[in-house]
Amino acid sequence: MTRVPRIGVVTFPGSLDDADARRAIDAMGGQAVALWHADHDLRDVDAVVLPGGFSYGDYLRAGAIAARAPIMSEVRDFAGRGAPVLGICNGFQVLCEAGLLAGALVRNASLRFVCADVWLRVETAQTCVTRDLTPGELVQIPVKHGEGRWVATPEQLDRVEGEGLVVFRYSGRDGVLSEAANPNGATNHIAGVRNDRGNVVGLMPHPEHAVDPDVGPTGGQPLLASLLETALAGVRA
Amino acid sequence: MTAYTFDVLVSLKAGLLDPQGKAVEGSLPAMGFDHVANVRVGKHIKLTVEAADEAAATAQVREMATKVLSNPVIEDYEVLAVSAT
Repeated sequence: MTRVPRIGVVTFPGSLDDADARRAIDAMGGQAVALWHADHDLRDVDAVVLPGGFSYGDYLRAGAIAARAPIMSEVRDFAGRGAPVLGICNGFQVLCEAGLLAGALVRNASLRFVCADVWLRVETAQTCVTRDLTPGELVQIPVKHGEGRWVATPEQLDRVEGEGLVVFRYSGRDGVLSEAANPNGATNHIAGVRNDRGNVVGLMPHPEHAVDPDVGPTGGQPLLASLLETALAGVRA
Repeated sequence: MTAYTFDVLVSLKAGLLDPQGKAVEGSLPAMGFDHVANVRVGKHIKLTVEAADEAAATAQVREMATKVLSNPVIEDYEVLAVSAT
């Protein structure tokens, strides 16, 4: 019998999309495991998802307080062992604040909260969420955020671009990058980045909202399928 | 131990687009303030630390400012206005 990968979803105070993430993981054939921010326990999961929302009300900075929550020390060790960690929206902000990914997410250049289905161009297949995809491939996934503009120091930006750490860029449905297709003014149209090993990925768009054809685009399916496969392949210690 | 009060000012790094500042700036002419430029919105964090002396208290606040009160990727900070009580 095939083993079903256990995917932990952390709930912080103010997380919104934890239930959707669990539902999407189950729908894709994984077993979602609820994790609690105040615990020091990852419950023997094969991968961790930090979901979207407004942890701690976005107080101080989006993701800043959650990045210092008790469970994050386990998440940091887990990531350090090469196990898959995916941060979605607020989860991406948390990973940047925790120093696990480069850059920071700041207020959208438009000052508007954006809620839209966007196209993403895959830039690398060397990650836990893109192994089923090919660079240049396009997926449609919704965004919904007020602070999603990825920025970085000049040194970080050089490294992220120079070492192929960009995972997704906002593009038109033809794959062309343009200001019009960039929902938040992100530097170099960057929608998601990875760490050196590719086991930690953060992105602003919501793959967990894009798995059910009854309610919208299904561009989240290959990302979650990749995550489940990576989790099964198992690098965890 | 003495209680020392600090003001920590956190601002977006120069050159980083501040849409909040721009929105505030854009609203000022309508109220008759026609000659305002370079509006930037930051944060003011006030806190009290108990420590043996002012140097020890300041060192703690600087560490907090670097580690959590500001994000060095996007922000600068300034520690100000010490008062002992």
